[in-house]
Amino acid sequence: MDNVGMPHEAEVVEKIIESKSIFTLRLRFTDPQVQASYRFLPGQFNMLYLYGAGEVPISVVSDPLDEHIFDHAIRAVGRITNALSRLEQGDRLGVRGPYGRGWPLQEMEANDLVLITGGLGCAPLVSVINYVMRRRELFNRFVIMQGVKHSDDLIWRSRYQEWQQQPDTQVYLAADQAGPGWPWTTGPISALFKQAEFDVARSKAMLCGPEGMMFVAIDELTRRGMPESDIWLSMERNMQCAVGHCGHCQYGPHFVCKQGPVFSYPEVRQLHWVAGF
Amino acid sequence: MVSVAIHKFSSCDGCQLAFLNAGQDLITLSNMVEIVNFAEAGIVDTRAKADIAFVEGSISTPEDLERISDIRHNSNYLITIGACATAGGLQALRNLANGKEWIADIYATADTISALPTSTPISDHVKVDLELWGCPVSTRQVFTAIRSLLFDVLPRDEHDKLCLECKRQGVSCVMVTQGIPCMGPVTRTGCGALCPRHGRDCYACYGPAENPNTDALGKRFAGLGLVSGQIAARFHFINSASPDFRQAGLNWKDKGNDG
Amino acid sequence: MSQDTDQTRLDYLDRPQFQSLLDVLQDAGFRCVGPQVSDHAIVFEEISYVGQLPTGMVDRQGPGRYTLKDTGTGRFFYWVSGPQALKPHLFLPREVLWQVDRDDDGKLHFSSACGQPQGVAFIGVRSCDLAALDLLDRHFLQGDYVDSAYQSRRQQIFIIAVNCARSAETCFCHSTGDGPQVRGGGYDLLLSELDEGFIITSGSSKGDEILVRLPLRASTNQQHEQVRQELVSAEQQQRSLPSTDLNEKLMSQLEHPRWDDLQERCLSCGNCTAVCPTCFCHSEIDHPGLNGMTSEHIREWDSCFTSGHSYIHGHVLRDDTRKRYRQWLTHKLATWHDQYQRSGCVGCGRCITWCPVGIDLTEEVAVICGGDAHG
Repeated sequence: MDNVGMPHEAEVVEKIIESKSIFTLRLRFTDPQVQASYRFLPGQFNMLYLYGAGEVPISVVSDPLDEHIFDHAIRAVGRITNALSRLEQGDRLGVRGPYGRGWPLQEMEANDLVLITGGLGCAPLVSVINYVMRRRELFNRFVIMQGVKHSDDLIWRSRYQEWQQQPDTQVYLAADQAGPGWPWTTGPISALFKQAEFDVARSKAMLCGPEGMMFVAIDELTRRGMPESDIWLSMERNMQCAVGHCGHCQYGPHFVCKQGPVFSYPEVRQLHWVAGF
Repeated sequence: MVSVAIHKFSSCDGCQLAFLNAGQDLITLSNMVEIVNFAEAGIVDTRAKADIAFVEGSISTPEDLERISDIRHNSNYLITIGACATAGGLQALRNLANGKEWIADIYATADTISALPTSTPISDHVKVDLELWGCPVSTRQVFTAIRSLLFDVLPRDEHDKLCLECKRQGVSCVMVTQGIPCMGPVTRTGCGALCPRHGRDCYACYGPAENPNTDALGKRFAGLGLVSGQIAARFHFINSASPDFRQAGLNWKDKGNDG
Repeated sequence: MSQDTDQTRLDYLDRPQFQSLLDVLQDAGFRCVGPQVSDHAIVFEEISYVGQLPTGMVDRQGPGRYTLKDTGTGRFFYWVSGPQALKPHLFLPREVLWQVDRDDDGKLHFSSACGQPQGVAFIGVRSCDLAALDLLDRHFLQGDYVDSAYQSRRQQIFIIAVNCARSAETCFCHSTGDGPQVRGGGYDLLLSELDEGFIITSGSSKGDEILVRLPLRASTNQQHEQVRQELVSAEQQQRSLPSTDLNEKLMSQLEHPRWDDLQERCLSCGNCTAVCPTCFCHSEIDHPGLNGMTSEHIREWDSCFTSGHSYIHGHVLRDDTRKRYRQWLTHKLATWHDQYQRSGCVGCGRCITWCPVGIDLTEEVAVICGGDAHG
């Protein structure tokens, strides 16, 4: 790109309503050359530009091998994401990216993988799940843990059920509050750790979600004996430029958009318990 | 076509000039939306249904009370424009005094004046979707809000302190260079630093900014030689009924009475 | 000529000849920007003749206080600093980054707003400002991404630096290692001002080209000695930072009670960040045209003292002034080291002078880090 900060036009190929406030946009760059050269790693994000309104950072959830399309799961929470939720098939928007550092999946090969997510935190990890499922032989046991506040908040229920059927794959779901027909655990995400089977000595953990939930999970993992350097997490901060220039995502020694959003736990431990960074 | 209504309550009519003074943009706007009520421009249908209603002025008479509830009922998205509609305006100074006495002092036949004892912002009475501060609001604020709503996007809330805009405009601080007590550090941006650009202090017509430290600024004013009553008056001027300024003014008033 | 002149060293410009510098620069295609008195302060604005310079003016600075005084000397650069120097000319307070047009079918067409700026010669740039420029360069140019808007202007500038003959009451550049003497490079020409004229040297090939066109004479050893003495006296500053690296010290004091005390005093107005020559935070917003057919994507200076700076998913991470001030100070003086291999403070003292309530960074650091600010 000649101008790193300028978006390319993309169109909405499909829009999927996941829940009351969560939707997925399947996108494609309108310029075939841009689409053909677009590559991302699981954990990276794009800046989505809504015409006349502005940009938001959104992680890519689709499989990196899919050359024709890329997906974004979005929660309608602010002025731009709410407006993005009104886009329909065929509508145009701007996209620039991908930005940031993704999950170091190659370094994780031949290990057990433990994915721990909360809320919509699963979004940056869904592309990891897709990635692993397609290359199942490269990894050992695959543990997926997801916590939600209320069972109604769970999206992609059928996908979890599908993943559960895969060989050597464990799926554990917990809802703080469960409605009727919830077949999984009721309680905090920490309740799931008793069930999960993985070898801490040769496991890599990937975490994403509310920071409070991640603290709890890190605590559980380290108590079980997992070295801190085997724990990876995806951080979120205000991002406006995505190239480490605007300063909003500065987090101690890092710019989350550039050195992150994926960090190994020792890289961010210093400030993890301090509110306001 | 999106319909727009512009309503007036107790006010000087100055905020409606944001539309009338827009020049070419007003013509552009009238081709994009249907203006269903705008008395200052000669279009009168106060009970018209509207997608977007702009409301100028505060609630200060019994008749206002009834009318604002009708307007809320007839409007999809309601925006207050200006200090009166958003914070009660200059006339809310009577909330801090005995309004009846004031009326009796001024009018020969006070009993013919039908006024509520207070002047209050629109949001005290009906749900407000967006507040545009300023005395008066600017064309830029009003048209930015309309443009955003036409895109089906909520307008941005401009609530940073005026100081940042002064610095962006390259204005040297009047308080630092000349010791002039300036309200900029507690005042909401939006005016484009109009007063400081002309070498004078901000008098807070855009109301309180987000996270205003009125105590620290009041102390600074005292250091610059203002007495308590004068400091109270800086907060109790155009936006005396906004909670932050109301309280700050009362605190300094108390200090004056104590001392 | 006296015996102590070295005729091979042609580096002296008589004061009455100073206009020739402006003329040569303009002739070389530069727009000259230099110090002038405007709005009761020294500001950098376009300049074409010597009469516009702040002759004889000195600045009296203190916490929350800045006044100018005419000393009656003939010096052009006896003042120390104004609210801004290079920053607003390179990293504009507000600028369009790109524009997007939407056609009737809803298709979007993006175009860059980056222009080709004219060369600008900045006259009177201080040592601290050069250090700050180096930091802005590291930030905008030397990472993985180059900021093309900043770069296009940066490449076009010509810098005429000046050594400080005095320090303001708020200066502490000597303790940060960034002044008052210009050391190292970063300039095209360097001036040292004397009552009767200037010692002028070149720091680049561009500077050489201008220098040879000036009516220079040989300077005297006495003049060099005078410059040296003034620099030594400018080094006697009232304020200081206890160390050039406070990373560990500050980051171990994140719960210090002084942060609460600062919350009481600080207006959270962002003036310190706006005048700081190294603060680079900016927000990006859209300005759509009323007719809906076009929109400009704009960046404007932001500050870590705003709520929008830490807004995420409907809430504000730094919801009070305590957290915002701590964010500012710890980034500037501590974690800046991790990102740019040095502190983000160049000791210019602007944050002290232009704070409306006169909060003194050096004093706060002394308390938080347990040292003595004025030692």
